[in-house]
Amino acid sequence: MTADLALELRGLGRRYGERPALQDVTLDLQAGRTLVVFGPNGAGKTTLLRVLAGLLRPHAGDVRVLGARLPDEGWRARGRVGLLTHEPLLYRELSARENLRFHARLHGVAPGRVDEALEAVALRVRADDPIAELSRGMVQRAAVARAVLHDPALLLLDEPLANLDPAAAEVLEPLIGRSSGRTRVVTSHDPAGGLAEGDIALGLRGGRVALLAPVAEIDERRVRELYT
Amino acid sequence: MTYGKGLRPLAALTALTLTAAFALVFFFAPLDADQGFVQKIFYVHVPIGIVALVGFMAGGVFAIQHLRTRDPRHDLRSYVAIHIAIVLALGTLVTGSIWAKASWGSWWVWQEPMLVSFLIVFLLYACYTPLRFSIEDKERQARYASVFAIVAGAFVPLNFAAVRMAEAYIHPRTFATTGGGIPGDMFLTFLVALAGIGLLFVTLWKYEMASKNATFKLRALRRTLAGDELAPARRSAAPTL
Amino acid sequence: MRRAVGALLRKDLLVELRTKEAVPAMALFSISTFVVFHFGLDRSSLDGSLAAGVLWVTLLFAAVLGINRLFVAEVEQGGFDGFLLAPVDRTSLLVAKALALLAFLVLVQLIAIPAFAFLLLGPSLWQALPELLAVAALADVGLAVIGTLVSAIAIRTRARDLIVPILLLPLLIPVVLAAAQATAPLLALDGAGPLPGRWLAILAIYDGVFGLLAYAIFDFLLED
Repeated sequence: MTADLALELRGLGRRYGERPALQDVTLDLQAGRTLVVFGPNGAGKTTLLRVLAGLLRPHAGDVRVLGARLPDEGWRARGRVGLLTHEPLLYRELSARENLRFHARLHGVAPGRVDEALEAVALRVRADDPIAELSRGMVQRAAVARAVLHDPALLLLDEPLANLDPAAAEVLEPLIGRSSGRTRVVTSHDPAGGLAEGDIALGLRGGRVALLAPVAEIDERRVRELYT
Repeated sequence: MTYGKGLRPLAALTALTLTAAFALVFFFAPLDADQGFVQKIFYVHVPIGIVALVGFMAGGVFAIQHLRTRDPRHDLRSYVAIHIAIVLALGTLVTGSIWAKASWGSWWVWQEPMLVSFLIVFLLYACYTPLRFSIEDKERQARYASVFAIVAGAFVPLNFAAVRMAEAYIHPRTFATTGGGIPGDMFLTFLVALAGIGLLFVTLWKYEMASKNATFKLRALRRTLAGDELAPARRSAAPTL
Repeated sequence: MRRAVGALLRKDLLVELRTKEAVPAMALFSISTFVVFHFGLDRSSLDGSLAAGVLWVTLLFAAVLGINRLFVAEVEQGGFDGFLLAPVDRTSLLVAKALALLAFLVLVQLIAIPAFAFLLLGPSLWQALPELLAVAALADVGLAVIGTLVSAIAIRTRARDLIVPILLLPLLIPVVLAAAQATAPLLALDGAGPLPGRWLAILAIYDGVFGLLAYAIFDFLLED
């Protein structure tokens, strides 16, 4: 086990009932790099993210996230991973500020960081309105604040820019983008945009690795082939 | 692991013991002074009840093993034990009701703590299969079923104690059912009946385990042959290996 | 652990304060049930074991309403994920939810018990109030622990609203039994009798056993 590998996967497998959702996934990801994951719907992208987040146990293979073996040592990685999915994971009756305060307490983060986070995602003004009253874009921004509040070493992003206009995307770039310096795993449906985001490209098809290469060595066409 | 091994001699032994018990009940055990012939149902009612309770608690023990080792075979053992115990519990209620009708004149009596406790336990375990059926993911189904089996297993003795206390308080018990104070020949008959029912439980358990095992092996074979074209298994409450 | 329980509890109490969903509904339900009992039993004044029974059965059914909804916010808003990612002991969710449920039950009973005294109770509530509160405290702990456990079991199943009551009621029969037995002499028509200690002991043992059991196995309900 090398110290600077954020992810070490060897033969990762996960079933869904009798069918394999992920099969024989093997890859390494160095700290600070971005892994961009492509693949048609149902290929296993979300499953992969959830396994890496520690929400699903691997059914086969050896998985190390931030040096911790899953599932036995999963508790070691908890709190160092940030997850952003289609669900904002925010309570609709509470305000953004209250939600973030709750997460801060849960993660043992200093309460002062909540205001910093709200500022960083440009939600200071509407911070005290219930989430139910915010627009989709604002909710996504609040979700990003939640995901990075505890300064995670590894970010798992499921199509992070899906609901955002370019202005909002720009605001969030230093938090969850390449310039954040964090190790990231990002799923994407956009070949061009996705390749621009990542250092290593992973293509999944039917749960299996159909493509695994540094971004520099492939082009959009290879990615599009995954979807045919 | 083959459960079919020794099944035939075991079944034979069970049949033998049950026949012996039957013979003892009808030809050896004396007639009860108060209740007459109908008291003989006691030789069915109580052994079935005891074996059912042991079965429920065995289900709980297998469930603990399952949670500790995550081996789905333990879940299967738990499921089968509980299934058979539920049937026996129903049998206890029915025979108890018949006994109540013959002794007290009504089909149900609240004074008999064993009967009341069994009703509550039966109502609880009746939730086992619907609970399993309502969870589609097989692993989660097994895990939740195990949690239930442990909680229910712990509940059984506590429930009996509580109900017994309540009934003793309101309705003092007026007829002895088991244990000390009954004459030797009745006790012997009771023991043989208990052994017979116990063996019956184990035989049925082994039989169902062997049968399920065979079904899984068959399905695994089918899956290897058919690959992805195999039709997905229907939703069910039974565990899979 | 304590920090996590505190955070979760605050959040739940805040949501309830904001939405006012559970407690008012449970209280209203209790009062309506008392009215139903009046007509169903055709009695205007209850005492002794009948009063104890009506009171505890009503409180039990009101509790079921709250228990049904205990984890609903977590499941609908992906809250389990948020919690599961946090570096906290998973059992803290059990403790926090049980404490929240306990708080709701106490609040409801603060309304329902006086309502009961007002509508249906013959003897005065004051004749044995401290003893009654002691019984209620122990019974509430049992309701809270078992209610939270059953709610957690049922919440990720498909038929969750149906599974909760059928699973809950048999498990709570000993609690209701002990509570009613203990309360009956307190509501006697000719002055309160002594509190039967054995039923308090049963409640305490029951609470203890299931509290420990729930604590030990709760983790298994949250994994995947």
